[in-house]
Amino acid sequence: MTSIAVADLAVTLDRNPVLRGVSCEAASGRWLALIGPNGAGKSTLIRAAAGLLPYQGTVLIGGADAAALSARDRARTVAYVPQEPVLPPDMTVAQYVLLGRTPYVGYLGAPGRRDRARADAALERLDVARFAQRRLARMSGGERQRVVLARALASEPTVLLLDEPTSMLDVGHQQQVLELVDELRRDGGLTVLSTLHDLTAAGQYADALVLLHEGRVVAAGPPSAVLTAGLIESVYAASVAVSVGEDGRPTVAPVRRGPADGATQPAG
Amino acid sequence: MRSRTRSRAPSRERAALRYPRSVRRLGAFGLAAAFLAAATLVAAFVGAADLNPLATAAALLDKVPFVALPSSMSPLDRAVLFQIRLPRVVLGALVGGLLALAGAGYQGVFRNPLVDSGLLGASAGAGLGATLAIVDLGRAGPGVVPVAAFVGSLAGVAAAYLTGAVASRTMLGDGVATLLLAGIAVGSFLTAVQTLLLQRSAQDIQAVYSWLLGSLSAASWQQVTEILPYAAVSSVVILLHGRHLDVLAVGDEEARALGLRPGLVRLIVIAACALAAASAVAVSGLIGFVGIVVPHVARRLAGPSYPSVLPLSLLIGAGFLVLADTLARTVLSPAELPIGVVTALIGAPAFVWVLRGTRSAST
Repeated sequence: MTSIAVADLAVTLDRNPVLRGVSCEAASGRWLALIGPNGAGKSTLIRAAAGLLPYQGTVLIGGADAAALSARDRARTVAYVPQEPVLPPDMTVAQYVLLGRTPYVGYLGAPGRRDRARADAALERLDVARFAQRRLARMSGGERQRVVLARALASEPTVLLLDEPTSMLDVGHQQQVLELVDELRRDGGLTVLSTLHDLTAAGQYADALVLLHEGRVVAAGPPSAVLTAGLIESVYAASVAVSVGEDGRPTVAPVRRGPADGATQPAG
Repeated sequence: MRSRTRSRAPSRERAALRYPRSVRRLGAFGLAAAFLAAATLVAAFVGAADLNPLATAAALLDKVPFVALPSSMSPLDRAVLFQIRLPRVVLGALVGGLLALAGAGYQGVFRNPLVDSGLLGASAGAGLGATLAIVDLGRAGPGVVPVAAFVGSLAGVAAAYLTGAVASRTMLGDGVATLLLAGIAVGSFLTAVQTLLLQRSAQDIQAVYSWLLGSLSAASWQQVTEILPYAAVSSVVILLHGRHLDVLAVGDEEARALGLRPGLVRLIVIAACALAAASAVAVSGLIGFVGIVVPHVARRLAGPSYPSVLPLSLLIGAGFLVLADTLARTVLSPAELPIGVVTALIGAPAFVWVLRGTRSAST
């Protein structure tokens, strides 16, 4: 069963077409990564899937038309983590994670015992329970990302929409966050739709990739089919070397174009 | 990551983690309530007619349901307490509470700690309304001025909101910054019209000026009952939206992703804050600084969560204005200081102190 799918999606922002005729889907419990150069429309696709932008076409969540869902029902199913989440500096970690329960609290209601229990479980699942009373301003970059994921998890979603979850992190924390998302996906049956600008990370973690360029899908499929030197060179105008590991997952390394200083010149 | 220790904190330990915060919250409410009670008592027995503090307290407690206390007060003192002092204290508490609550609400809606209850053309509209009433309708009687200020204040906010909505081309959309800027533009425009009016009828400048600086000297039980319905409705609506203001703190987009409708929440809270501020302004004139200082004090006491900040602002604002008014009518007795002058004189240094504390707490 597909957990989230978009069909023939078109988005126009300020009269500029940003996405045109995009279709892709992520099966339940899978990780679909959107890749493509800056301005290809990756974030726009994530935001349209989260219901934050007007779009033409169809977004299906768990097989149902997302347009027919109420905002609250959608928020219970789909959790969205933007590239740069707003973290109110004086709010505590516990208060922030409890915000994830918003779609379950009635308009004039207050979070109840069950909501606190779910928020606590999310805090513990992401190993940030010991920071519960710490102010968000005092959390480091890697800890923040875990807190944001805890808030997303507190909504008990089936689909996790992540816009560049690792863009602000060093390589070690990037890896930690990606491993964590992968763990959540495997343990909890979460479906992940994310943008990832790091092609190697996309190749290592995603089950399937969609390569976007100028608002259209250029290639889609398993990482080994999408991450080819030829495709990357034509879309990114970059010079790369792609090597495929034993697990069949490709890694992509940029390669310097001009000869390096002091490099051996070919005899000629 | 996989090798990290999965510490499952036992529930007792988790409860202990929460404990200090709920104690802090309770303590903050206790402190605020005690402050308001003390301010009320002091305001009741201090003044031109010297009332005995103990007898005053007894006479006040006697009015509490199920409490019967014999009071040694003379009939004259009783009349002073219940017909002169008390309406003024209650009106001051209402006005201060409403101004502080509206300020806190606006700060939440606009995610901006610098805005206050006079925002969005509210003060400028009230000023223009009162000026119109004094200049053109003054002969019709003093009862017109509060109504004109009330209507002017609401009209000022409505004009600012509509201007902002037209400028950002959405009635319920984003555009917090556009709305604030529209408020500044509308406010400047209304103030310019008011200045023009005043300049053309110089004989009214004194009356308008003393209204602008704020005063509770005309307080009566009638004024209390007149603004009570508006005060009650607006306060209840604002207090019910504390949780929504916490969600809005993560920004419109994430709030929408959490299933909230930020534009709708903003419209409701702005309307309620405008009503609260307008009812306060109608009976007191323009009183600055309460709406901006008090919410910061509330945050210092109980943290930034709006379900605590809003009711605390109401209590502290009420106590603060009762005290300020007591100073206003006693310092130069029998003359009175404008209460807006007193709130600014106390408020400005207090604000600096609060900001300093905030700064050291965050580093």
